[in-house]
Amino acid sequence: MIYFNNVTKKYKDNMSLEDVTFSIAQGEFVSIVGHSGAGKTTLTKLILAEEAPTEGTVFFESTNIHTLSNRDLTNFRRKVGIVFQDFRLLPNRTAYENIAFAMESTGKSDIEIMEDVPHVLELVDLANRAFHFPHQLSGGEKQRLAIARAIITSPELIIADEPTGNLDPTNATEVINILKKINDLGTTVILTTHNKSVIDQLKKRVITLQDGRIIRDEKEGKYMI
Amino acid sequence: MLTHSKRIIRSGYKNFIRSGFTSVASVLIMTITLFVITSLIFVQVALNSSLNDIKEKVDVTVYFVQDTAEADILDVQSALEKLPEVKSVTYTSSEEALNQFKDKHANDYLTLQALDELNGNPLGATLNIKAKDPSQYESISNYFENGDAFSKGALTIIDKVDYHQNKIVIDRLNAIISGAQKLGFVFSFILILISLAITFNTIRLIIYMSREEIGVMRLVGAGKKYIQGPFIVSGVLVGLTSAVVTILLFIPVSIWLGNQMTDFVGINMFTYYKDNFFQLFIIMLVSGVLLGGISSFLAVIRYIKK
Repeated sequence: MIYFNNVTKKYKDNMSLEDVTFSIAQGEFVSIVGHSGAGKTTLTKLILAEEAPTEGTVFFESTNIHTLSNRDLTNFRRKVGIVFQDFRLLPNRTAYENIAFAMESTGKSDIEIMEDVPHVLELVDLANRAFHFPHQLSGGEKQRLAIARAIITSPELIIADEPTGNLDPTNATEVINILKKINDLGTTVILTTHNKSVIDQLKKRVITLQDGRIIRDEKEGKYMI
Repeated sequence: MLTHSKRIIRSGYKNFIRSGFTSVASVLIMTITLFVITSLIFVQVALNSSLNDIKEKVDVTVYFVQDTAEADILDVQSALEKLPEVKSVTYTSSEEALNQFKDKHANDYLTLQALDELNGNPLGATLNIKAKDPSQYESISNYFENGDAFSKGALTIIDKVDYHQNKIVIDRLNAIISGAQKLGFVFSFILILISLAITFNTIRLIIYMSREEIGVMRLVGAGKKYIQGPFIVSGVLVGLTSAVVTILLFIPVSIWLGNQMTDFVGINMFTYYKDNFFQLFIIMLVSGVLLGGISSFLAVIRYIKK
């Protein structure tokens, strides 16, 4: 589904990713681990075409995502759900509207929105928070809302960039469990983290990055740096 | 398409309402801009009206030799009225001139006594000429220099024309009028430019604060128009609200100006405001909406390039 071919990313003279090659298959749950600055976030930015690689190519299925036109890029991003460490919710919209926004932008009808949004809020256990604004929610609730927004459009791929970074262990576990559930339903999940306990209990594929290079890629990996 | 527009308008409206203080701030700034624009319209109106007032006071008087037959004077009057530059000619007989003089000096005992000493009416008849434009007095007075325009003997009955005495005043007035109009225009232009820049920058700053939000919208897969639309709608709403606030503000302002300044500028601003209310409101509405909409459009566009 995703193919990195000899990808290098430099920021000025700073090497962020160096000659990285790997692929991710449909339905996989892949964790990307490494210290801060190892290149995890750069990797996710390359998949979303927020950044372009200095060398090499990134393919999503058969398209090179860095050659997409603006319109095609918008369509591509609709196939990907994103969850950030800092949530990045729309501050002036309620929980319900944050999720509805993702559906509206893909052109879903009002009826579909009214049916799907409560359902997904139920799924992340936020049904009683539907009309709260982000600043009225706790960290765990915000992250669950962000996940709800990411999955509402039934994306083929979910990218979760340090989703547990700002959460306590209980909320972190809950967030990871939701991601696992989503993966069980067939969605590919890419999770970046430096949370050891999260990785160790997952027992899924782990790619370890160090100084911009892949130093380990294991089928049932553990957190080892 | 219809759902799309509906959603854009709804979310722009919600954004405007929920931004609370930020919206109030931008409405305030925009109101100041519209206030400046309207004030400048007022200033122009007042300036024009007082200039017209002064223009009205300029005239040329033709003094006739005493005991000139009234018919001869009326001949001259009708000849003058045929001139294209002349707006009106008023005839004052020597009796009327005397009466006016007496009225004017009713409290001036010495002057009235001196008049009595003269035994009889020392004042001749006059024709008071008003031109359509102050710059035309010169050519009118030239008709008296070459007597062709009048029937024979007309020149002999004319005592004097006071144009040359007034010439300096008239010339200076002409210079002031055209100067004031030019200066007023330049001044208005600069002021409007400054307030436009301030409003544009305020809106840009507000949207700058939303730049991360715009980034999130892009990542969630929202199209350009769908991101831009609500911001433009909010900007338009700022313009609409400011136009209403300004038009309301000008009610007390124009009443106050009407009470204080009518004698000075020669026009009652409140009457002017009432008579042109609709037109002024449209001007404010259109400026507000365009300013808000275009500023927002330009401000968002830089954050949605990928």
